[in-house]
Amino acid sequence: MMDLDEIERSLMREVADINDTPEGAYNFRVNGKSISRRSSKNINIESKTDKSGIDIYIKPNTKNEAVHIPVVISVTGHKEAVYNDFHIGDNCEVTIVAGCGIYNCGTDDSIHDGIHTFYVGKNSKVRYIEKHYGAGPGAGKILNPVTKIFQEQGSYVEVIMEQIRGVDSAVRNTSAELDQDARISIQERLLTHGRQTAESTIAVSLNGKNSTADIVSRAVAQDYSRQLFHSNIVGKTVCRGHSECDAIIMDDAKVLATPALDAQCLDAQLIHEAAIGKIANEQLTKLMTLGLTQNQAESQIINGFLK
Amino acid sequence: MLDLQNIVFMVKNGTKKRTVIDDLSLKIKAGEFVVITGPNGSGKSTLAKIIMGINKPTSGQIIFDKQDITQMSITDRAKLGIVYSFQQPLHFKGLTVKDLLQVAATGQETFLKDNKTNYKKLLETVGLGEEYLNREINNSLSGGELKRIEIASVLARNAKLMVFDEPEAGIDIWSFSRLVNVFQKLRKDHTIIVISHQKRIIDIADRVVIIRDGKISKEDLAS
Repeated sequence: MMDLDEIERSLMREVADINDTPEGAYNFRVNGKSISRRSSKNINIESKTDKSGIDIYIKPNTKNEAVHIPVVISVTGHKEAVYNDFHIGDNCEVTIVAGCGIYNCGTDDSIHDGIHTFYVGKNSKVRYIEKHYGAGPGAGKILNPVTKIFQEQGSYVEVIMEQIRGVDSAVRNTSAELDQDARISIQERLLTHGRQTAESTIAVSLNGKNSTADIVSRAVAQDYSRQLFHSNIVGKTVCRGHSECDAIIMDDAKVLATPALDAQCLDAQLIHEAAIGKIANEQLTKLMTLGLTQNQAESQIINGFLK
Repeated sequence: MLDLQNIVFMVKNGTKKRTVIDDLSLKIKAGEFVVITGPNGSGKSTLAKIIMGINKPTSGQIIFDKQDITQMSITDRAKLGIVYSFQQPLHFKGLTVKDLLQVAATGQETFLKDNKTNYKKLLETVGLGEEYLNREINNSLSGGELKRIEIASVLARNAKLMVFDEPEAGIDIWSFSRLVNVFQKLRKDHTIIVISHQKRIIDIADRVVIIRDGKISKEDLAS
């Protein structure tokens, strides 16, 4: 891999599963600078000229290609807002791997605000994976991601957002607007511990006929951490929307979930399911009857829940 | 194998105490197939849970393989070779059938060595196909499917003493027939306690114990 120290390598592994230079197009950003970039025949990455960030242009009909754009911050006190725009042509099938890892061993907060905007062309399929991770004994590891998705007719976007441990504060805003026959699946996995806070807002507007949305948020709040989850599905025409938010609450943690459904058409079918609760004693007992200790049983349940 | 000595189990109901198991003693030999039956609320499930350690007796002693396990945790009893099949199986959001079987089979090298074949066989035993392996144990499964997964997890444990709490509850007649066959096979190498009201299970037992009001009843089974 390019010139990274061990901490930076480990963060790359955590957020993008990268051990070496990935295949296809990529842009690695470390401590505010693009340290390595490669465009491919079909995917072109260009720096923005008016603000920090990149534009990623994916040609129509690009199939089975991936682009990796991980961000690593290993300098204490580094603060940045980065604007990345994805212009995805028609009939594409691509995977986009983003994510940010912060290591902070100093006294100042390190902050990354990643603002990602997706323009998804007709009938394209996009898989977007975004992992956030924090480590180090220092001050705040703060991440505030914004994801805006605009989907044209017949497109499909799968969003996988994961933040498991280490991030002290996160305010996440995800929104999507769907044209006719477009579909979106959003899966969020979140684990907070210590005194961490996380707030996630997911808003989907089903503008086009027969558009569908499926939102699944699973969260675990441990210790004294606090989580807020807001979701809103707006159905403006004949469409289907489903959201499900489940949270496991432990210790002295607090979780607030405020799901909303907004049907603006008689033929909008919108469903919401929500549950917040501790791990059921019976579940722990069952796994203990199979030989696990209570702690092992707890981990098994949490890991499965967040899988 | 298992010696329950003067077991008493009391529960508090407000300020009042109620005796659920009343000075019950029962010995079960290695390799025995014992069916415990009796009216609803007589203490059968409580007794099964006392054997597994889920309920701790108010007084009395439990000896398993010459070892006093009265104060032993559920986990330690499981490691000693006791397993319990729940009457009402649970959902585990996020956990797949394979995850559960993997937990159950932990430590069994031969099982895990050829795990794909063994998982398949195990599911076949309870009348489920291989496709269930990756199914999440959530509310998309029916009560009968959950029950069969529960039984499969207990079988995967391959424990010396297997305690089944109303295994017939919630399963169809075909699965029940299969279950009776499973018991016939298991009895060759295991000690089995089944809490059941089913004649077909009672018929294959070495011994039938009737519990009434927390005590072993002397009455004849036919009555």
